[in-house]
Amino acid sequence: MRAKARNEAEAVTTEMTGADILIDSLKKENVEVLFGYPGGAVLSIYDALYRSPIKHILSKHEQGSIHAAEGYARVSGKPGVVIATSGPGATNLVTGITDAMMDSLPIVIFTGQVASNVIGTDAFQEADVMGITSPITKHNFQVRDVKDLPRIIKEAFHIASTGRPGPVLVDIPKDVSNMKMVPGDECKVNLPGYQPTFSPNVLQIKKLADAIGTAKKPVILAGAGVLHANAGKELRAFSERHEIPVVNTLLGLGSYPGKHPLFLGMGGMHGTYTANMALYECDLLISIGARFDDRLTGNLDHFARHATVAHIDVDPAEIGKNIPTQIPIVSDAREALISLLDTETRTPETEEWRKQLAQKNEDYPLWYKSNTEEFLPQRVIELVHKHTKGDAIITTDVGQHQMWAAQYYSFADPNKWVTSGGLGTMGFGFPAAIGAQLAFPDQTVVSITGDGGFQMTLQELSVLQELNLPVKIVIVNNQSLGMVRQWQAAFYEQRYSQSLIPVQPDFVKLGEAYGIKAYQVHTEEEAEAVFSEAFAHRDPVLIDCRVSGTENVYPMIAPGKGLHEMIGVKP
Amino acid sequence: MKRIVTATVINQSGVLNRITGLMTKRQFNIESITVGHTETEGISKMTFVVNVEGDGKIEQLIKQLNKQVDVLKVSDITDQAIVVRELALIKVVSNAQVRSELSGIIEPFRASIIDVSRENLTVQVTGDSDKIEAIIDLLRPYGIKEMVRTGITAFPRGSQRSVTDLKQYSILN
Repeated sequence: MRAKARNEAEAVTTEMTGADILIDSLKKENVEVLFGYPGGAVLSIYDALYRSPIKHILSKHEQGSIHAAEGYARVSGKPGVVIATSGPGATNLVTGITDAMMDSLPIVIFTGQVASNVIGTDAFQEADVMGITSPITKHNFQVRDVKDLPRIIKEAFHIASTGRPGPVLVDIPKDVSNMKMVPGDECKVNLPGYQPTFSPNVLQIKKLADAIGTAKKPVILAGAGVLHANAGKELRAFSERHEIPVVNTLLGLGSYPGKHPLFLGMGGMHGTYTANMALYECDLLISIGARFDDRLTGNLDHFARHATVAHIDVDPAEIGKNIPTQIPIVSDAREALISLLDTETRTPETEEWRKQLAQKNEDYPLWYKSNTEEFLPQRVIELVHKHTKGDAIITTDVGQHQMWAAQYYSFADPNKWVTSGGLGTMGFGFPAAIGAQLAFPDQTVVSITGDGGFQMTLQELSVLQELNLPVKIVIVNNQSLGMVRQWQAAFYEQRYSQSLIPVQPDFVKLGEAYGIKAYQVHTEEEAEAVFSEAFAHRDPVLIDCRVSGTENVYPMIAPGKGLHEMIGVKP
Repeated sequence: MKRIVTATVINQSGVLNRITGLMTKRQFNIESITVGHTETEGISKMTFVVNVEGDGKIEQLIKQLNKQVDVLKVSDITDQAIVVRELALIKVVSNAQVRSELSGIIEPFRASIIDVSRENLTVQVTGDSDKIEAIIDLLRPYGIKEMVRTGITAFPRGSQRSVTDLKQYSILN
């Protein structure tokens, strides 16, 4: 009798709710920090969290949570984890999930759902989260039975962080997080339909090695795949061994040292003239972890048209999607580069080619107005570079400030550049900086943002206040939606429809309202003084830089034009 | 061009939604879809007929389908030796006078009459799409009151003719 009672008591103590299992699984996945916002359908989960040591960052809007998770994932390489409630909690995540999907960031999202028995009845705070997020996730799950929960969580982390990373959503009905079960043995991932290719095909590598040997004008295009695969070192070794110049995509910045003599800069719409001409004239294009986005290629008819194209990508669907590819290599970037380094390859004679490119770089460097009294936005970026010694983590939104940051903040190391590339999300950069700072508390994190984008997610200032996170916010304030204004000037006969915003909040008072030191600067001298103070201490700071409102981003490839048709290449 | 693509999928809720969703997103024109169980429990097979322009587009479709976690295998079987079948139910206006005349049309198609009423009769026909189109053309003059088609389902024949230039789309190099 007594033995039986004892057994029962033991059985009761080992029984766990779905919510407890979730938190326990997160511990097993080594999750250090959660980004989230509570609500009705996740009350049990938050109750379990209350008893757990895992750090939870309370945003002020779910969009802030997911962008922070993206920033965290981008710089740390670890999955960012988000919790939100059903209905509006989940729908507020949609922009961030799409952003993570476009930029291949490993994110695991847990959303609450109304109880199983009322799903489909338009219950309070019900939304068809599975339907809404199917096209914007790498995969999504709805948990029907608590017994499936441990396996699903394991699979979610596995899918999010392997192959081409991406967001995975797990929708948990309220009753499932309350349901109890005795946790069984360690569960296994069971995904017969998901087996990403990791290592390259040796024959294809050989083919590429042969093509390199005979190339006269080879160029490497390195994208974010190099960063995801942690292949910066191998990329450098490979390019140096064969003296092949390197172009970065916007998202690939940092995968190759910005001051390296073989580095040509960023390619694409606002890339350097040299990088674009290299892509235009090359006879062998080796693309590594890049996906030939239209902002990179310009008009496809003029993109690398004389080149043999070799495309290394972990996602087979990217190969041949936009650009006909002669040497397709499905592989992790690092594995492919290691394999290439191990393959006997004749080093091509690229001296003439490199000389031509060096000449172009000399003739057409990046430029901005030199003899002017105005406070130029490009100078703001250069000042940030100077005061952070080029070593800070930089986050941006989308638009002019993003392009200037990409052009003028030369990245020496990988994983210091956090920007919304594919989706081009305003309001991304500031919350992303919070996530990046949480991943690396000791590093300097600068959120370079625009006056437009900052106002989309500025409520997250309260997170800085609460945690005293030393994020430095630099608003490149041109009192307009700069890129919209630039396009209206160029293509809509200067009809500035809804793009000039002379009426703004007082950003200094705004910062102070959140207990954050804030400054407004109007000149380079003022900026110098404020920057030297702001970057010297470990407190959050907001600097409103009132820059010229008429600067445009140059050089530029107009929409529909080819790489060789850049405008604004000279003052 | 018309392509017949089959996909073996894990029978999870939402898998059909994901697949039709990706086709919509990437602007593939689906002419028909059939889904049903296979010999293995929990595994379903889908057969799509899609209208695509060019090899690049069909390659992209197959790669995108392959990327789905619940999709086990995708094949473009258009150029293989395949068995293709579709079923159509056609309700034709007919009175006693034309009934035997209709039987004469139906018989060579090995179709069957599965329902008769005073004013009409229902024909069931199975075959490839051409055959079904042909019988529809013949029955139309009598007046088709109602028609439903299942869309095609297909798989490769037991033995393939030896063709060396089969177009293969594979996620492997």
